[in-house]
Amino acid sequence: MSAQPNRILSPFSEDKLALLARLTEGLDTDSLYWLSGYVAGVAASSRHVPLSAAVAANVAVPLPATVAAAAETQVSTRLTIVYGSQTGNAKRQAEAIARDAEGAGLNVRLVRADAYNTKELANERLLYVVISTQGDGDPPDDARGFVEFLAGKRAPKLPQLKFAVLGLGDSSYPQFCAIGTKIDARLAELGATRLFARGEADLDIASVAAPWSKQALEQARELLKAESPTPRAATVTPLRSGVHAHVPAWTREKPFAAPLLANQRISARNGTKDIRHVELSLEGSGLAYHPGDALGVVVTNPPALVDAVLAQLKFDGERAVTAQGEAHSLREWLLRKREITALSKPFLVEHAKRAKNATLDRALTPEGKDALRELLGDYQLIDVLRTFAADWSAEEFVAALRPLAPRMYSIASSQKAVGDEVHLTVAVLDYEKFGTRHVGAASQFLATLPEDADVPVFIEENERFRLPADASRDVIMIGPGTGVAPFRGFIQERAETGAKGRNWLFFGNPHFRTDFLYQVEWQKALKDGSLHKLDLAFSRDQSEKVYVQHSLRRRGKELYDWIANGAHVYVCGDATRMAHDVDAALRDIVIEHGGKSDEDARDFLNQLASERRYARDVY
Amino acid sequence: MSTTAPALSPVEGIKTRSRRLRGTLLESLANEVTGAIADDDTQLIKFHGSYMQDDRDLREERRAAKLEPDYSFMIRTRLPGGVVTPEQWLKLDAIAQRYANGTLRLTTRQAFQFHGVIKRELKATLQAINASLIDTIAACGDVNRNVMAGVNPLQSALHARIHDDAAKLSEFLKPKTRAYYEIWLDEEKIAGSGEEYEPIYGAVYLPRKFKVAFAVPPFNDVDVFANDLGFIAIVENGELLGYNVTVGGGLGATHGEPATYPRLADVLGFVAPDRINAIAEAVVTTQRDFGGRADRKHARLKYTIDDRGLDWFKAEVERRFGAPLRPARPFRFEHNGDRFGWVEGTNGRAHLTLRIEAGRVADRGEHTHLTALRKIAQIHADENSGLEFRLTPNQNLLIANVPNEDRAEIDEIVAEHHLDLYRTATPLRLNALACVALPTCALAMAEAERYLPDFTGKVEALLDRHGLRDARIHLRLSGCPNGCSRPYLGEIALIGKAPGRYNLMLGADVRGQRLNRLHRENVDEAQILATLDGLFARYAGERSGDEAFGDFLVHAGLLAEAHYKVIPVTLLEPQAAAA
Repeated sequence: MSAQPNRILSPFSEDKLALLARLTEGLDTDSLYWLSGYVAGVAASSRHVPLSAAVAANVAVPLPATVAAAAETQVSTRLTIVYGSQTGNAKRQAEAIARDAEGAGLNVRLVRADAYNTKELANERLLYVVISTQGDGDPPDDARGFVEFLAGKRAPKLPQLKFAVLGLGDSSYPQFCAIGTKIDARLAELGATRLFARGEADLDIASVAAPWSKQALEQARELLKAESPTPRAATVTPLRSGVHAHVPAWTREKPFAAPLLANQRISARNGTKDIRHVELSLEGSGLAYHPGDALGVVVTNPPALVDAVLAQLKFDGERAVTAQGEAHSLREWLLRKREITALSKPFLVEHAKRAKNATLDRALTPEGKDALRELLGDYQLIDVLRTFAADWSAEEFVAALRPLAPRMYSIASSQKAVGDEVHLTVAVLDYEKFGTRHVGAASQFLATLPEDADVPVFIEENERFRLPADASRDVIMIGPGTGVAPFRGFIQERAETGAKGRNWLFFGNPHFRTDFLYQVEWQKALKDGSLHKLDLAFSRDQSEKVYVQHSLRRRGKELYDWIANGAHVYVCGDATRMAHDVDAALRDIVIEHGGKSDEDARDFLNQLASERRYARDVY
Repeated sequence: MSTTAPALSPVEGIKTRSRRLRGTLLESLANEVTGAIADDDTQLIKFHGSYMQDDRDLREERRAAKLEPDYSFMIRTRLPGGVVTPEQWLKLDAIAQRYANGTLRLTTRQAFQFHGVIKRELKATLQAINASLIDTIAACGDVNRNVMAGVNPLQSALHARIHDDAAKLSEFLKPKTRAYYEIWLDEEKIAGSGEEYEPIYGAVYLPRKFKVAFAVPPFNDVDVFANDLGFIAIVENGELLGYNVTVGGGLGATHGEPATYPRLADVLGFVAPDRINAIAEAVVTTQRDFGGRADRKHARLKYTIDDRGLDWFKAEVERRFGAPLRPARPFRFEHNGDRFGWVEGTNGRAHLTLRIEAGRVADRGEHTHLTALRKIAQIHADENSGLEFRLTPNQNLLIANVPNEDRAEIDEIVAEHHLDLYRTATPLRLNALACVALPTCALAMAEAERYLPDFTGKVEALLDRHGLRDARIHLRLSGCPNGCSRPYLGEIALIGKAPGRYNLMLGADVRGQRLNRLHRENVDEAQILATLDGLFARYAGERSGDEAFGDFLVHAGLLAEAHYKVIPVTLLEPQAAAA
């Protein structure tokens, strides 16, 4: 969380305050703690070291006086953990490993990928990379530069390096953990030694991440203890360690039961989509969130689907099944413990062993890539069970399925405007395919909630998606479809706090008449001045399809002017296509209106991203 | 120039500031965030022939969904006398399919209405209409609206002449502003844009709408007495001598406001055919200068006349006309309905009047009326065919000038597509009128068009009980008291008060010369049917000869006194006028 310097308590002049605001602009928790440590060090040594020296060394929390030297001497006895994280999961895992390593007395530094100075790579001895994969095999935004560097020609040979990679992903996407895989292969290719096998964590992160982390700690302890018997150099203790994340009262393991306040369809009846505005009460929970955070929803699978799966496999739902030391009725496993809508590749592999079906087998070969993509894209679990008959035992079936992960929804409200409520914008997945009805587990769960229902929820912070700390900055929000959700929260927040910066929203959907989400609210916001510009792209209202990226290009000149003047750019929504198209449009705008080369435009956007001025919440 | 009475109505300000009806229409059209136009522009767009509406069936649902109302636009054509060629019919049909709700609505003022055109396609739609050589200028608004002309098929030679006079007057009274051409047809602005000279209307146009009709006795299909200005053709030995001029008709009223009322026109005098424009100018400019501009509910010509007296009004008009009006000539109307079926014309041509229920030409189920008329239009699309489509003032359609050899083919098409209601329906169903009302009309308080078939069926069942199936009773349904379906001239009329509730009006004549009166206030269907049941019983048992239902109710003393003026029928009879 970044904060505005407090005018009343601070000893600074207006000028210094403004400088401080600029300096802390867009910094995340880690960076702020780092900074607090650095400044504390400056104070303690009373010897001013230029900040750039510290930054170049990129040491966790060093004594400024010894920055450069420490970097040199520590590198061979130090564990470096680089993480790339979009939604915070990879960051959380990396933090946990760092915490454990630190607890074990190891010299460890934790660096976000875009803060990592790639020049140091050649000197590293022990490196763990924890990184997620987005959409169609993309790196998280904060690791784009890191991944590009590693893949490129400038990457150094790394014979001295020992490494291990933990990838995170979602196995319902064909490019599951692709970035982790790519880095793992590339580091080996550069001559580094793989300490142990890559981890590929699915939505149930812990089942892979926990053993991987355990092994990582053991290996690090062995290596670093062996190489460096001396205790690590003293460091300034920051006000609060970034590694020790605070523990919220309600978690995914222990969610808060939030009473449902409203479940209102906000797409018109003859539209193609069913979009809901859901309001939940957080009263009494003590839960707090910032615009940009996500709400985790612990879902229950559709009972009808559970029945269908049981019937298809001729299973008795009441029989007890034990897996991973837990015993539940099979029905309970399928209702609340296991993913039974979206398919995963590991399940398909297990299913193929039992189905002995040539088509399925082929889809799992390298040549069957397209067929696999189609399977994962179009089929739900029930379709596979029906299409490729197979004999399962209940125990094996439960074991092969992924744990049912909570669903994350970008929060569509600001607490300053709605108090103890949290609002969501939910696209209800409900369609006919292969002759039967298909639903999305979470959206169906939310859409069919009875009026007096409680919804198990927790807050998932998203430090990467925050309004500018400097409220006089302009913001550009690009959120087609339900991607508009966080921007409802942003605009509420900016209105409530009287932010001086202007707000520009880009929205798109198929039809003006049926799919203009929150239309009346935007109209009101435009009228009362809390929204300054609204550009619309309704793709199917004319013969040629028009999307948000077209709106962006149409407004290229003005958009570039805003960005050049310090505006922050936010993108939320579909990762597979929209985010790419928007990124390409932004690059072209920078080329055309900023007079930059293709490469410079790329750097410009990467720079914006590393300054947290180009943030994405895409899924 | 105008009477500077109390504060002007807000609409007067909008007109004044509008730069000759331009307002901020261009900006409103460009605003992508809403399907609506700015409030002030909703007043101005009427002058361009369009009303902004919304689907009231969806209003509440969309409000809950955080969506604005489902706005769309009704577009009405200016079509003097209601005549189009087959080629034009085809174009209008295509426009309805492409831009509107797929139906053509024939109005009680012989115009076409398109419903459900969205803002984004408004301009394209108006361009397409203009490409069919039909415009929409002044089809609505505080100006002279579509000029009506009787379509009596028995007088086809005379019809051409009357229609011609109506068209010329419509042109004469058309606003001179170029706003329409600039906004919709991309005409370049020229010097003086926004300050055009309006010789008839002045800078602020009229206080309220203005309606003109031409009637040809013995038919009063146009309901000439319901118009601000009327022309009754005086014909002797097949020759048009001139017109009796009527003034001050108007049917709008407001529930609960006794100061508002329907009024039938007075007969002012007689003019020669070459003096039509002159007398019209005198009447319109008198209304322009003396009409009320403070309260739009008290602004029609009828109130100007009643407030100042007919004598004053006549003197003022004569002063502007430049001469005393000659006395009115005797005339006689028989009825104000349509004459259905085939009628022989001259030169081997015939005319067919088709019943179009509530004026809605649509394809619904096996009733593929649009398809039928499209076929007929396609067959006769040759511009030399001479065939015409004429919209009657009673929402029906006349196919005129059909060569005798083509009659059989048309009969076949009409039968195949179940467009032959004119042969099968009861007189009640044939003559009923209904305005559009819900869901699109903003003024509607109750159903009308959608309720008409059902209600008619229920009244038919009552008539059957009393052996009155063949009684020709004029029924008119209106969703509100503003009078689009001329409900105050129905022998039986329902005027909407609230969903499912109406004022039951009874006792008009069948010639458009006597207004009906309120019989039961704010009643539901059951009460209406029970009331009619009793009255039908009396009518079946007590009527004398071929006495019409409305006349019977009056003569039998079954109705209360009307609180507004009823034109004494005898005054207009030839013998009375001669006396």
